[in-house]
Amino acid sequence: MSVLLYLVPAALSLGLLGLVAFLWTLRAGQYDDIEGAAVRVLSDDDLRAPPEGRPVERDRPA
Amino acid sequence: MASETLAPNVTALAGASWPGAPVQDVDARGKPGDDRARTEAPAQDFSLFLRRDPAGQAEMAFAVEGIDCAACIDEIEDGCEALPGIVRARLNYTTHRLTIGWDARAEPAPARVLEALAKAGYRAWPFEADRLEEIDNATSRHLLRCLGVAGFAAMNIMLLSVSVWSGNVTDITPETRDFFHWLSALIALPAAAYAGQPFFQSALRALKARSLNMDVPITLGVLLALSVSVYETLHHAEHAYFDSAVMLLFFLLAGRYLDHAMRRRTRAEAGNLAALKAVSANRIEADGRLVTVPAAAVKPGDEVMLRAGERAPVDGRVLSGTASVDESLVTGETLPRHVGVGGTVHAGSLIHDGVLRLRTTAAGEDTFLDEIERLLDKASTARGRYIRLADRAARLYAPMVHTTALLALIGWLIAGASLHQAVLIAVAVLIITCPCALALAVPAVQVVAAGTLMRAGVLINSGDTFERLAEIDTVAFDKTGTLTLPDPSLSDTSHVPAPLLAAAARLALASTHPLARAIAVAHPDALPLAEVREVPGAGVEAEIDGVTARLGSPAFCGCEALAAARADAAPDASLVAVRLGEACAVLEIRQALRSDARAVMDELRDAGLAIVLLSGDRRAAVAPVAARLGVTDWWAQMRPGDKIAVLESLDAKGHGVLMVGDGINDAPSLASAHVSLSPISAADVTRAQADAVFLGEKLAPVAIALKVARRARHLMRQNLMIAVVYNLIAVPLAVAGAVTPLVAALAMSGSSIIVTLNALRARQGGRALEKAKEAA
Repeated sequence: MSVLLYLVPAALSLGLLGLVAFLWTLRAGQYDDIEGAAVRVLSDDDLRAPPEGRPVERDRPA
Repeated sequence: MASETLAPNVTALAGASWPGAPVQDVDARGKPGDDRARTEAPAQDFSLFLRRDPAGQAEMAFAVEGIDCAACIDEIEDGCEALPGIVRARLNYTTHRLTIGWDARAEPAPARVLEALAKAGYRAWPFEADRLEEIDNATSRHLLRCLGVAGFAAMNIMLLSVSVWSGNVTDITPETRDFFHWLSALIALPAAAYAGQPFFQSALRALKARSLNMDVPITLGVLLALSVSVYETLHHAEHAYFDSAVMLLFFLLAGRYLDHAMRRRTRAEAGNLAALKAVSANRIEADGRLVTVPAAAVKPGDEVMLRAGERAPVDGRVLSGTASVDESLVTGETLPRHVGVGGTVHAGSLIHDGVLRLRTTAAGEDTFLDEIERLLDKASTARGRYIRLADRAARLYAPMVHTTALLALIGWLIAGASLHQAVLIAVAVLIITCPCALALAVPAVQVVAAGTLMRAGVLINSGDTFERLAEIDTVAFDKTGTLTLPDPSLSDTSHVPAPLLAAAARLALASTHPLARAIAVAHPDALPLAEVREVPGAGVEAEIDGVTARLGSPAFCGCEALAAARADAAPDASLVAVRLGEACAVLEIRQALRSDARAVMDELRDAGLAIVLLSGDRRAAVAPVAARLGVTDWWAQMRPGDKIAVLESLDAKGHGVLMVGDGINDAPSLASAHVSLSPISAADVTRAQADAVFLGEKLAPVAIALKVARRARHLMRQNLMIAVVYNLIAVPLAVAGAVTPLVAALAMSGSSIIVTLNALRARQGGRALEKAKEAA
């Protein structure tokens, strides 16, 4: 049963990692705008030319 | 001046709403300004809304209207970030709020942001997050953190507990079991100390106030379960209740968070609407300049300029000028009142014509009549006595649980069990009766029902609104602005010749007079005229195809005889005359009933509710409305105190009354009624008193709110019944000593899940309503 001495801490630290990740997302404000997060995936602002810092022309629905 | 925030017509924007540009539009059409202030656009002062962080970066929030798709996010953020000096623009898509950050070196220019947004087709209003909302957000985050910690602990302890349970029936060694129990304790104790805070604090507060709430048995149950488990672990026992204690916290926190999330969401929505409705004032500075400031920035003693079509932002005494003032939002009276120098104007009054210079006598929170304030105080203290369903259940529940546990302890001792055994059984009783399901029963239904109502356009102020709404049997309506639309509209024009009507519509575009605006709204495609002359206090005049056309008072248009004849036929309407060459006609403008008023009345009557009409308006104006709606119990010329008296007499007869009203004069009656609703166009004081606010031009939300509330209460009661049945089964088992940690875990999670699933049924009612709405 000595294998438990490794397995249990391993399981717990994995769980703890999850908890820390959750607390971090909370602190980073990722739950402040849940609906926004869902639609921001669709935006293509990562295609924008970085040096100008201006939006690229693109078709947008009226 | 509020329905226009929902109806996207530009004409209605004029006057007091941010950003009050249309007044200048009218000037651009060449109308001679009749005072110096009118010819120049007043500067806007936003300093009240600006926040500076320690680094010197200025920040300001806006509530944005018109966001409906994902592309809006980019459009708005990129548009704003392209402006000079702006380092950050972030739109919250959930709450429709935009936060703009300016560079520390740049001068913040909120007006340019508003301009850029307007160009992109969005209307935005400066927004000041109120303190209450910030506290709410912090509490909500804290609850979510607690929920996370409890969830982590519950999962990991369950992992260990399942091993122990399966080991107990097979071949686990006592050393391994002790090791697992110690590990569980290591996780459970700090987790419970952290995640249990909301309950411990609330229980402590209740005990200090010498009362019992649901949190007292919860705290006691959790603490006892933990300490007994530690004791058992120390003595190498077979069972420990760490998993029960933490799982309990997890379920309870879930309920608590749901309850909070509902209130936070509706509060955010209500905050936006308040910003959209926020009134601005044209303050006259010491050097004579006119500056547009938020009404909240006006202090008593300041001088304020009021022009036709604007709503008074403050209470004040007239220093110069004369005007006719529509006080329907203040008193319910629909006929305008004439005020001159030395007269008083109340906040919320609408200026029909003329220009007033006011000395502010009361601003901000105090802008209402003394009488109203006094009545409000009295009414709100009476309201405080209502006890929520969940609290009533808790008051019954807590003593019962504790007595049962105590009786079990004594009973087993008498029956000859050891003290150790008896205590274990008593703790098992406490754990199994811990009100998981009970604590979830009500909030879960509230969240689902509030979501349903939100989609139907009703925003709930507090959770117990559902319970109180479900208890009523009488609905009392105010007339002006509630049964009727808040803004006057042009009624039947079939007797008016078409050329005259077209002329009236074109002339009306040049005037800020509310009656003229009603004509303009009815004819959105009319073309503005090039040169319009305004005769103060009389009307407007212009040439149309070489013919002189006039719009204004019957005397101005020379058709008093015609007007007198119409006035007898329609005593409740305001008359506007129009003349084109020799032809002449009289237009009737009245506060039109909401389109579905009659249908809603019939629906309410069919549902077995009595309907009462309480109006501050004249008898002649109330009678036809009552007749058209088929209401037989109606009162006219009611003062705020009279309205309360009627409500109290109904209350004394054992009726639960829902009051629906919008005027400042309705605020006390809204506060004293069993439950109250107000349209979003209502005065600020009134909206603050209402238990729920409904949006839009229709009255249907009132009927929907009642229907959803009844269903919600039904489900809440059903949930409480489920919780009781669960206890009826579980408690005898616990008293008999048959509850192992495994049984406790199954029973607790089982009952919580059943109750939550049952709560989801509150959506079904909403779906049916939405379908009905689409079909209509």
